[in-house]
Amino acid sequence: MSPGLDYSGFFAFLLIDPMLEPSSGLVPLQAYLLLAAMLFCIGVWGLINSRNAVRVLMSIELMLNAVNINLMAFSSYIDGDLIRGQVFAVFVITVAAAEAAVGLAILLSLYRNRVTVDMERFNLLRW
Amino acid sequence: MTIATSTELICFLILGAVVVIGSLGVVLLANIVYSAFLLGGVFMAVAGLYLLLNASFVAAAQVLVYVGAVNVLILFAIMLVNKREDLKPIEGLALRRLLSGGVCLGLLALLFRVALTTPWAVPGPAAVGAGATERIGEHLFTDYLLPFELASVLLLMAMIGAIVLARRDVLDADVGTGDAVNQALVEKPQTPLLIDESRS
Repeated sequence: MSPGLDYSGFFAFLLIDPMLEPSSGLVPLQAYLLLAAMLFCIGVWGLINSRNAVRVLMSIELMLNAVNINLMAFSSYIDGDLIRGQVFAVFVITVAAAEAAVGLAILLSLYRNRVTVDMERFNLLRW
Repeated sequence: MTIATSTELICFLILGAVVVIGSLGVVLLANIVYSAFLLGGVFMAVAGLYLLLNASFVAAAQVLVYVGAVNVLILFAIMLVNKREDLKPIEGLALRRLLSGGVCLGLLALLFRVALTTPWAVPGPAAVGAGATERIGEHLFTDYLLPFELASVLLLMAMIGAIVLARRDVLDADVGTGDAVNQALVEKPQTPLLIDESRS
């Protein structure tokens, strides 16, 4: 790594915690974890509050992506030689594709029976 | 800090902002078509994050599977069920949103605390870097062979299940009498899906 331009003073305000030890480059592992946590919580909120069934499926995809970001960050920072997290992420992507296909097919057949996508009216199996 | 690491930081900040703002848009926007396109943007930004983490194979898989297949599937579903309907208001909706927002913020605080206080074992062993694709291939055909084969079976099952669920059941003969059936009668009567413009 050649000593290039020194920007450390310029970006010092961006470092949340100077105790964090950056392993590869400057972005610490914790930054990825925080980003994934935010994405996951947004997905949970959308999953609870959406009334459109398609948006519920989109929220599930957001949560799966948050989990994938976590897996990839751990795989890159902690398990750098045997990147098992990346293999897991590939499996998660596979399962997510299957889930999206089946979920949207269920949604289509529900729509055909009820002519609505309102989650509040899908109460056939409730109580 | 060299120019390479500061570029990495700037890329991470931009991609992170796109992910968070885009996912907020996915959840909060009223028009679901905008949500679907923003979801594609979020998927692309996540693929960019994977590139920052030296995982080019998974980034390519993310673009191909999520943006190319899942997002297109969601767009098709929106087009198939896109009836503008006035949702019946339910009482206590604001309270419900507030409560679930509180729960989600609590979960967020918990996750932040875990992420920031746990002594992660960084730096780990040296990263394989560009050899990641070969390493994934080795894993898939040695120690992860059984999950790999199960994933293919799962995909086949999902494909058949989706076809069975989404297919229209059209009978060409009456089950009881064996007479030929007028197909138009078997199909559900079509309700008008578009808004009646003449009424307003």
